[in-house]
Amino acid sequence: MELLLFLVLAFAAIVAALLVVTHRHPVYSALFLVVTMLCIAFLFLLLRAEFLWVMQIAVYAGAVMVLFLFVIMLLDLRREERPWRFPEHRLQVGAGVILAAALAAQLLVAAVAVRAPAGAGPFPPAVVAARGNTQLLGRLLYTEYAFPFEVTSVILLVAIVGAMVIAKRRSD
Amino acid sequence: MAVPLPAYLVLGAILFAIGVVGVATRRNVLIIFMCVELMMNAVNLTFVAFASAFQALDGQVFVFFILVVAAAEVAVGLAIIYGIFRHRETVDVTDMTLMKG
Repeated sequence: MELLLFLVLAFAAIVAALLVVTHRHPVYSALFLVVTMLCIAFLFLLLRAEFLWVMQIAVYAGAVMVLFLFVIMLLDLRREERPWRFPEHRLQVGAGVILAAALAAQLLVAAVAVRAPAGAGPFPPAVVAARGNTQLLGRLLYTEYAFPFEVTSVILLVAIVGAMVIAKRRSD
Repeated sequence: MAVPLPAYLVLGAILFAIGVVGVATRRNVLIIFMCVELMMNAVNLTFVAFASAFQALDGQVFVFFILVVAAAEVAVGLAIIYGIFRHRETVDVTDMTLMKG
């Protein structure tokens, strides 16, 4: 059952990802990217990462993609992407696909060779089921990863200020 | 039946490679940016799969941080794209040659 669910979600994610790359109009690309992200979110659920499941939907499929669509609407792209010019762009596509295929081959060889460790880790499923994924993750964030967690607040502040400074219209 | 770890890694590798194809071949800067997000999602999936296999939560904490950085990156990146569009009226990367030697 779980395997079947995985296969369906994986297939949907790959098809949607291919459509993101191949579709001509950015609005459709963005909508297919939402589908991919939702599939990945449910794969997180399959992996018993409930907190990240919600975060993936709220932050990625929600906030980030709304921002993308908002900017696409704002830019009002009347002109579609120019049709592919024959010699040069064909070379670019060929080189890109070959590069990605080589990368994928390496990753796949490595991925198939990986074996899951036999011993139990610090958070076996029984412990996580008893305490709850979110509670354990929160404890980890505020103890072991407290400093990186504080740094993220600075990153967000810098991003807010930076985005406003860059997008601001010059007054002069 | 539980899903084996390599299945998730293979899916992550495929999604990452699709993202690379998009970044290398598309010329609309918005779609290139979306493909970068797709690649990040593939890496996140790998992180969570490994966290599950090792019965540890550190991988999930990493994904949390990646999510935060991705949100910040999207805000700044889209602001830059908007700024470029305002000045040059284009989102085609072949027209963005300001830093070309």
